[in-house]
Amino acid sequence: MIEVNNLYKSFGDLEVLKDITATFENGKTSVIIGASGSGKSTLARCLVGLVEPNKGEVLYDGRSFLDLNVKQRKSLRKEVGFLFQGGALFDYMTVEENIRFPLDMLTKLSKKEKKHRVDTVLDRVELSNAHKLYPSELSGGMKKRVGIARAISPNPRYLFCDEPNSGLDPQTSIIIDDLILEITREYDITTLVITHDMNSVMEIGEHIIFIHKGQKWWEGTKEEILETDNKELLSFVDASGFLTNKKNK
Amino acid sequence: MASFLFHVGKYFILMWRVFSRPEKFSIYRKRLFDEMVSLGIDSLGIIAVISLFMGAVITIQTAANIDSAFIPTYTIGFTTRQSTILEFSPTIMALILAGKVGSNIASEIGLMRVTEQIDALEIMGVNSSAYLILPKVVAAVLINPFLVVISMFVSIGGGYLVANFSDIVTVADYVYGIQLDFKPHHVVYALSKASVFAFIFTSIPAFNGYYASGSALEVGKASTHGVVQSSIIILFTNYIITQLFLI
Repeated sequence: MIEVNNLYKSFGDLEVLKDITATFENGKTSVIIGASGSGKSTLARCLVGLVEPNKGEVLYDGRSFLDLNVKQRKSLRKEVGFLFQGGALFDYMTVEENIRFPLDMLTKLSKKEKKHRVDTVLDRVELSNAHKLYPSELSGGMKKRVGIARAISPNPRYLFCDEPNSGLDPQTSIIIDDLILEITREYDITTLVITHDMNSVMEIGEHIIFIHKGQKWWEGTKEEILETDNKELLSFVDASGFLTNKKNK
Repeated sequence: MASFLFHVGKYFILMWRVFSRPEKFSIYRKRLFDEMVSLGIDSLGIIAVISLFMGAVITIQTAANIDSAFIPTYTIGFTTRQSTILEFSPTIMALILAGKVGSNIASEIGLMRVTEQIDALEIMGVNSSAYLILPKVVAAVLINPFLVVISMFVSIGGGYLVANFSDIVTVADYVYGIQLDFKPHHVVYALSKASVFAFIFTSIPAFNGYYASGSALEVGKASTHGVVQSSIIILFTNYIITQLFLI
């Protein structure tokens, strides 16, 4: 479980996050939604320590991340998997090497165990024949799947996905969403997805947080989102075209 | 001035992180050998071509400028050797490599920054600066003296070819000149410079690439800054080392 208490972040005079408090539970997919520039990616970056917040508290199963020293943070990060928007695969490594990399750097597994682990996660994301391919030879959807495989290869307890559907066609988006949902339940991990894709929100969002102008504006479930009278959230959902598509159906 | 000091401070903090204890020696060792090939062996061609013509031109220019009957022609060989060992091979090669290797390092690391690959390393708990920069710096510091030695031989060989195929100096005089009054500590001085310059032309572009932000355009700018800054610092350091070791 990840708990965030009264988190603030500013870049110069620009206040990006204001008093964010939230809890992300184990085995559940929490989704953070919001318009571009609302601060949702900054929130994720604050949670994993890529950006240092000005004030507040981030607790990983009771461990205060911001109070940890460099060594302790490094150790905690070994429990975190992160799927980046563009995949962030290492260009000079093959798919197999990309997935094995965190195992090489962070674990003491034998060669055989690492190979088994790589095969297992590649099987899991249905890319069993992609071992020797380089990132430049992969499609957008394949890159995301390899990114997920790399993120889950060291058996993380927390999984962050930043815009997992950006740049993907609707069919591939559904495959990626299903994969995130299945992995969260299968491994009983705390998953946090950052997105502005409402289809994805309705597909995987078990717990939804709407960020508006750097503040937590709304929190609830996907059922509640359809009943909300929150003006800003309705306007965001409406702008995404989701409600129109639903009415047409 | 404040901005200059800020960047100098940032550079030294980065270097402190680069030289911190590596996570896994076996991975760093493999990367070190890969970088030695990429920074050293892959530069052999350009080093050889430039050195050959450099030696040939020094020989011709020295011959063209000796206008007195009192100056023996073996001076041409002597001057070619001294210029090559003391200055041209270590410094010119460093400037060439600052362009070739430096721009490569800055753009490679800069691209990793803007495509979030460095963030991916950090999230995995890997010291990204040490993982990316340390093998490049160590590889260049170790391999550059060898490149400079090769450059010295090829450059002096270029002068030999001029002596062989023209009548500006006889081969016997040239060979006598290149052996005359040889001081081994000049080679030590040159190779020391080579290692210092290698540190500069890898670490400064790496610093620029590591802190690149935004778009591909910024990566291009980081690459240019890396090459320009390292070239200027190489020339400045060259002056300081020469003043300290040769006078």
